Amino acid sequence: MDLWANLYGGFEIALTWQNLGLALLGCFLGTIMGALPGLGPSNGVAILIPLAFTLGLDATSSLILLTAVYYGAMYGGRISSILLNIPGDEPAMMTCLDGYPMARKGMAGEALALSGIASFVGAFLATWGLILLAPQLVKLALLFGPAEYFALFALAFATLGGVSSTNQAKSAFAAMLGLGLAMIGVDTQTGVPRLTFGEVHLYDGLDFLVAIVGLFALSEVFVFLEHRHGSADAEESKVKVGRIVPPMPMVIKTIPTMLRTSFLGFVAGVLPGAGASLGSFISYSMEKKLVDKEGTFGTGDPRGVAAPEAGNNAAAGGALVPMLALGVPGSGTTAVLLAVLLSLNITPGPLLFQNNPDVVWGLIAALFIGNLMLLAMNIPMVGLFTRVLLIPPRILMPVVAMVSFVGIYGISGSSFDLLVMIAFGLAGWILRKLDVPLVPVILGTLLGNTMENNLRRAVTIDNGNWWTLVDSPLAITLWAIAIAGFILPVFVGKVVKARMQRRDEEGSLSD
Amino acid sequence: MSDRIFGGFGVLLAVFYAWAALQTEESFLSDAVGPKAFPVIIAIILGLSSAVIALRPDPEPVWPPLARLAEIGAAAVVMILYAQFLPEAGFIIATALAAMYLTWRLGSPVVQSVVIGALTALVIYIIFHAVLGLSLARGPLDAYVDTVVDPVLGAIGAFFEMFGGSGADEAAPEATGATGAGD
Repeated sequence: MDLWANLYGGFEIALTWQNLGLALLGCFLGTIMGALPGLGPSNGVAILIPLAFTLGLDATSSLILLTAVYYGAMYGGRISSILLNIPGDEPAMMTCLDGYPMARKGMAGEALALSGIASFVGAFLATWGLILLAPQLVKLALLFGPAEYFALFALAFATLGGVSSTNQAKSAFAAMLGLGLAMIGVDTQTGVPRLTFGEVHLYDGLDFLVAIVGLFALSEVFVFLEHRHGSADAEESKVKVGRIVPPMPMVIKTIPTMLRTSFLGFVAGVLPGAGASLGSFISYSMEKKLVDKEGTFGTGDPRGVAAPEAGNNAAAGGALVPMLALGVPGSGTTAVLLAVLLSLNITPGPLLFQNNPDVVWGLIAALFIGNLMLLAMNIPMVGLFTRVLLIPPRILMPVVAMVSFVGIYGISGSSFDLLVMIAFGLAGWILRKLDVPLVPVILGTLLGNTMENNLRRAVTIDNGNWWTLVDSPLAITLWAIAIAGFILPVFVGKVVKARMQRRDEEGSLSD
Repeated sequence: MSDRIFGGFGVLLAVFYAWAALQTEESFLSDAVGPKAFPVIIAIILGLSSAVIALRPDPEPVWPPLARLAEIGAAAVVMILYAQFLPEAGFIIATALAAMYLTWRLGSPVVQSVVIGALTALVIYIIFHAVLGLSLARGPLDAYVDTVVDPVLGAIGAFFEMFGGSGADEAAPEATGATGAGD
């Protein structure tokens, strides 16, 4: 069968010493980044981009390194949720609700082990989902012309704010800001400079890596400066870890939960604009509705630990599907991964599966391998990572800032880019204060030029007729979904957000 | 109030953006759409969404007190100075100073900050320059560090060579006909 042959080829690529080493390094660094409050998957990957470039890695190897970081961060986020009641990253928020109470009951070891297994199950099933679903999506994508692609990009931007978005105007503002920044530089079709104001440095356009590192990593430093030493001075880590091997009955009891939530999380990941945070939220709430007959959720129920962890790891795998098959990422971290691929001259999308099958299948095989490594790392070695939590942010954050500077300077060697990055860092801080989402900004700078090219191509092919954009049934469908996806959160966004927050408060009240 | 100011600023930004986009000199060879249309569409949506933000503001965010704002401003100034002086001062000195400042302002005692800052710069230098071979700005101190670090790394490198070395020379399959997503 075709699938097995591809997968075999993928393992041949992934099983070189170099790629295995990179996967191991990525898993290790990713788990640390996930565990440290303040560093999550998207800024973790962003900081490590320069590393991938300086190592001179080819596309497959860079992608293996960075997705290992991504998966690792998904695993790592749970550690501080369980031990400190502080989510290590956003998707791990729901894990606090039952994980911390379990730790308070002296079952921290069990909670860590169980959540590790749940993460494994979620990620493992999602990787299979990726294998089965992505080629189907590719077949669909081959029907797309420029007009459909333009509609698809519009759909991505319209839904990116997500179901939990409370203010769609701000999501739209963010997307337009990103697209607007992408326009700066020499126009690719006619060769005239646009919006450069005579500044020669701008002729090449703004480097989106500079924007990403500034917005994600540097703005985090400013947030910490604002709060001086945030909430993460790990004083409470006296919670005893206890035994790390979970009692088998507990695992068996939670298997149905894991399977259900893996599926839900995967679907949430594939859909644009949902992402891992929503994956774990939906998983937890559905599981609570379904099996919480005795009202034990929120008091340290093992199922309440397994559900969000399987959910967010499955969502991480699901989010790779649209990124690889369509070239349209559905979440912040996959947007960063897309940036890496674009800078390596690889354009994800249907052509990727035809022209660079080695990249796709090598990556998939590496995901399986990395997942096994993570399981091994996160159960016996979890004690190591709990110690990492003792690094206070007053030491960590300057390191993050300096690594960002080194990375960007190392790529471009220009002080001008550093200044641009600082500007993005400050802008990122202000936008976060004003509750403007940053992911659409990134996605806009990334996809702006491709989106415009598709628009111009579509209209030019049809001799300047703009109605060509809504000419085919496929395009009309995409526009309809885009409009629905943009309008829906206006009505339900407040409700979902309020529920997420209420759950969070319930969690902190119960300890 | 913050959102009203922000929205108002957004509207101004949109007007400015549209004006700037219309200044684009069109070349005589142009496609049916031209280089101005898409930026103008962006400006229109930017302006509309900004207007909505201004008219229907969210609850006021919690702004930090003035002292904290000054803190952030000062950190930004230090970073800008860092960017400016990096090429002259060299990587180790500039990074150590900047890291010391940030560590100190995030709440470490002075002496500790000096030590942590210096260590941060050294470790990053060793990892990124000596191990990974990234070219960083050269300064007066860097040569001394290299004379100490390089022999050690050389020995470690030789050790790893025995295991078949790097796989980096496996031909990169990049850019084989990968063009725009819309092709």
